[in-house]
This record gives sequence, structure tokens and C-alpha cells, in this order.
Amino acid sequence: MQPEREFGFATRALHAGTPPDPVTGSRAAPLYQTSAYVFESTEQAAELFALRGYGHIYSRISNPTVAAFEERMASLEGGLGAVAFASGLAAQLCTVLSLAEAGDHLVSAQNVYGGTLTQFGVTVKRMGIETTFVPVEDLDAVRAALRPETKMLFVETVGNPSGVVAPLESLAALAHEFGIPLVVDNTFATPYLCRPIALGADVVLHSATKFINGHGTAVGGVLIESGAFPWGNGRFPLLSEPSPGYHQKVFTETFGEYAFLMRARAEVLRDVGAQMSPMDAWLALIGLETLPLRMERHLRNARDVAAFLQTRPEVAWVRAPQLGSIFTFGVRGGRDAGRRFIDALQLWSHLANVGDAKSLVIHPASTTHSQQSDDELRKAGVEPESVRLSVGLEDVDDLIWDLGNALQGAAPPE
Amino acid sequence: MILESPAQLRALLEAARTVAIVGASSNPLRPSYTVLSYLRTRSPYDVVAINPALTQIDGLAAYPSLAAYATQRGAPDLVDVFRKPGELVAVVADAIAAGARAIWFQYGVVNPEAIARADEAGLSVVVDRCVKVEYARLHGGLATAGLNSGLITSRRARLDLS
Repeated sequence: MQPEREFGFATRALHAGTPPDPVTGSRAAPLYQTSAYVFESTEQAAELFALRGYGHIYSRISNPTVAAFEERMASLEGGLGAVAFASGLAAQLCTVLSLAEAGDHLVSAQNVYGGTLTQFGVTVKRMGIETTFVPVEDLDAVRAALRPETKMLFVETVGNPSGVVAPLESLAALAHEFGIPLVVDNTFATPYLCRPIALGADVVLHSATKFINGHGTAVGGVLIESGAFPWGNGRFPLLSEPSPGYHQKVFTETFGEYAFLMRARAEVLRDVGAQMSPMDAWLALIGLETLPLRMERHLRNARDVAAFLQTRPEVAWVRAPQLGSIFTFGVRGGRDAGRRFIDALQLWSHLANVGDAKSLVIHPASTTHSQQSDDELRKAGVEPESVRLSVGLEDVDDLIWDLGNALQGAAPPE
Repeated sequence: MILESPAQLRALLEAARTVAIVGASSNPLRPSYTVLSYLRTRSPYDVVAINPALTQIDGLAAYPSLAAYATQRGAPDLVDVFRKPGELVAVVADAIAAGARAIWFQYGVVNPEAIARADEAGLSVVVDRCVKVEYARLHGGLATAGLNSGLITSRRARLDLS
């Protein structure tokens, strides 16, 4: 018998989901750029459509390259399985649609990505699912927001852009007390720095566009599920009652611990059509191979950059990162000084993304969070003068040189 | 012995040749039909259905009881159970009498007394898992669905392309 071994994180970042291709022996994961798959027989086709067999039908539902990425993410997060999507927001929307329908309710952290505030607060609300936004560090406020029809508690491991780290263990205990899952967006921390499932989370989401891909080459998202949540507890009829979307199948009865993952793919992804492309999954697989190495350098550079900013008189405040390499600081002189600072940078890229190998900078109040009022901005942990940095992998002396020049350039005109 | 580790489950599934599915249904919506259909079409096992109300499922012979099966065909390697928890003590007694080497209780098919009796009788016991899922884990099926197989290897799988 083969001896058993629990392989380490870096080993799994390289190998999980990608044994040698059985057909060709290809050591690199092949890019299966195909839309559909020939059935072995009419019998096998029927088995696949009835969800009685395993195999690929059509790349909107599954694809071998995407499946390899999904399995690697599930392995790194310590989950039962994963489903990949076209973007992080698609993964998030499909998580909502896997659990909730019109008349249901969600509770979300209030200091989250601006796109999440609009997805939950506007688009999902229009579908008849209401969201209450709460400060998640206040457990009494979270508890007070929970209702009988609440289907999930949503937080970001590290709030974007506030940098506040959520108390995941306490939030998981509270969610489970109410019989609902804790859903955690782990994009900013990555599974290298934090594995929410080990802290009690039930579903983990990522924008794979960020550190997972790591090179700013593709957009993608993924959900990972623990397999530990009791979906048959009576609060999730979408999973435990006969499904009109799939031959009246009862997902909890047929798939046991896989019920959520199977429904998320076979019904929600199938009907929404927001699948990850094989090319984007392939790029993300390559990105994941170096995740541990990149995160070490991201952290070291971020620490040095934050320390430098704290020494500068032009800087009003620095919210040094508690976890990860994305953080905010304020330039003295408010909104206009912030703009002059960004315009004076040479090496840092001014764009709306994070987690690239290259260093990035943005002014959230006028971009990612521009849909929010001043009051909503403050709730989300954003000041008008906040500048958000995503510290990359360059020589840190070069990053500091560029910041120093731009801070001088941001000084008010004489 | 109660089997839990991937290596234990692998050893059980690799050693088994005959699988008797107690409570097999002919209704395609039932989980037992899903498992029977999957094992019959994708695995090398000799699969039989145990159900007193049926004579066959999709042309596959059904036996009224484990005793009837054992009388005609000998002891089954693995008894896979889809029955209500209240009936499981009796199912375990039948499995022991039929000479089964292992008993597998599917998702939600759980009765502590039945588990203990099977364990004490020396059977290999698997609880609250699915034969289909664990077979697929070993043979690449789970990986097609983005599920964590737990398999890490740089050995090339054998594939006959001749």
C-alpha cells in the first residue's frame, strides 16, 4: 500500500489537480481549449446528463483545465471542492443564488469592496433578496441583523480597502448558532496567509484576478466549500427539497456533503453561464505555482514601504497592513494632494486592480468606491484622502524612490 | 474495523469484486439507483441489487435478500446499504450471516448500534460516505468535477491507446 502523506502548501500549489496528462504524459497542465466533449455512447451521455456519472459535457459547466484549477484551489484552501467563475463577483453572485431566492435575506460586512456593496445592495436587492450591512467586528450588531430568512453571513478576511481583519472564528460560531454558513472572501489574504475553512468558514470566495493569477493577465473567480456545513438542516430548501431545475433531484439526499458544490455547478453555473474560460484557468494554474514565493516578497516589500511612508512629513497617516500587502495611507492636503501624488508617480501603475506582481496605486473615493456617498465611504472605512497601495515584487528601493519623488510632487503649489 | 482514511478506503475498493446494494431502487431519482447505475457502467464490480420487490433493475438481477443472494452466488465482498436507520441492525445481521467482508452505510444511513455490531463481527465498516464518490476519487471522476481528490502524484496513469 502507498504510504500516506499530507503534502505541504508549496507542494500542493505546484501539483494539486495536475497529475501528468494521462493521454500524452504532458507534465505542464494542458490547455483544453474546447467547448464540448464527444460522448462515449448514448448510454454514457444519458448518465452524464442525469448527474449519475462523472465527465465533461460542455465547457459552460465544466472543462478539464478549469477543473484542475478548481481542485488546486480546493486543496490550498482545505476544502471539499471548488467551482470557478468568470470573475470574483460572478462567484459571489452564484454563491448567493445557490443559497437564496426572493424573500430571503443576507447579512454582510459593511467595510467591503465597492462592487460587493452595489451587487448586494442594488442588483441582488432587485431580485428580492435584501442585505443588511453591519460592522462585523461588533458581534452584537451582527446578531441583531440575523433573521429567520437569513441565508448567509458574508465578510472579507481583510476589508477592502479598510484593511480591517475580520474575527472569523467568532463570526463562524455565531453563523452556525443560527444554522447559516459563514461565507468569506479571502482574496486579499490568499490561502497562503489565511485559510478560513480551518477557522470555521463554510464557503470561501476569491477574485482569482488578484494574487491567485498574480500577474494581472486574466479575470476570474472561484468558490471553495468546506463540506462540513449541514445543508439538510431545514433552512436551505434549494438544496434539501426536490429541485425543479434538475429532474426533481434532492441534492442533499443524492450528493450528501457534495450537495452545495453539485448544485452550484449543475444548476446555478449552468443557468447563469458565468464560467471561467480555460485560458484564464490555465494562467491561474501557472500563477498558483509561485503563490508562496510571491506572497513572501509581497509581504516584505509592503512592510518596508509602510515603514518608509511613516517617516514622511507629507503623509498624514498610514494604515499598515495587518495581513497581506494591500494598505491605505493619507496624503496631507486631502483629495487634491492625493490626485497630485498619483499623477507624479513613475513606477507605480495607477489602475483598478490589486495583487499584481507589479506595484499598483489607486484613489478609492474617486474610483472603486465612487458609487458611495461620503457617509457610506466612512462606513466602508474609506477617507476622501485615502490612497490604496498594492505592493508588488519590484526592488523595494525603487518603489520607495518613486513614492518619495511623488510625495514631494504632491506638495501644495507655492 | 471502521475505515476512514483514503488509504483504507482505497484498499477496500481495490480488493472488492462483488457489491450487493441493499435497498436498490429502480427509480432513477433515487440515490441508490444513481450508485447502482454508476458502478454497473463505470466499475469492474459484479453489482447486484437486493430488493424483495424487484426481480431486476435495467436487466441487472435483483435478489429478495442477502441470504438468497449468498445461497446462489456465495458471500458478497461488499454490502452497500440504502435503508432507513431503524432497519440497519437487521441488515447487519443479514450481512454477517451472508459472510460479507465489508459493509458500507451511505449518506445519512447511520445507526450506532448497527455500526458497532458490524465492527464487533469483524467486518470492515464505512459510515456516511458514498461508494460512487470514493470510487470516483480513485479513478479521476472527482477531478472532472473540480472536487478535491487529495491525490498528488507525478506518476503517469496507464492508458491503453492501442
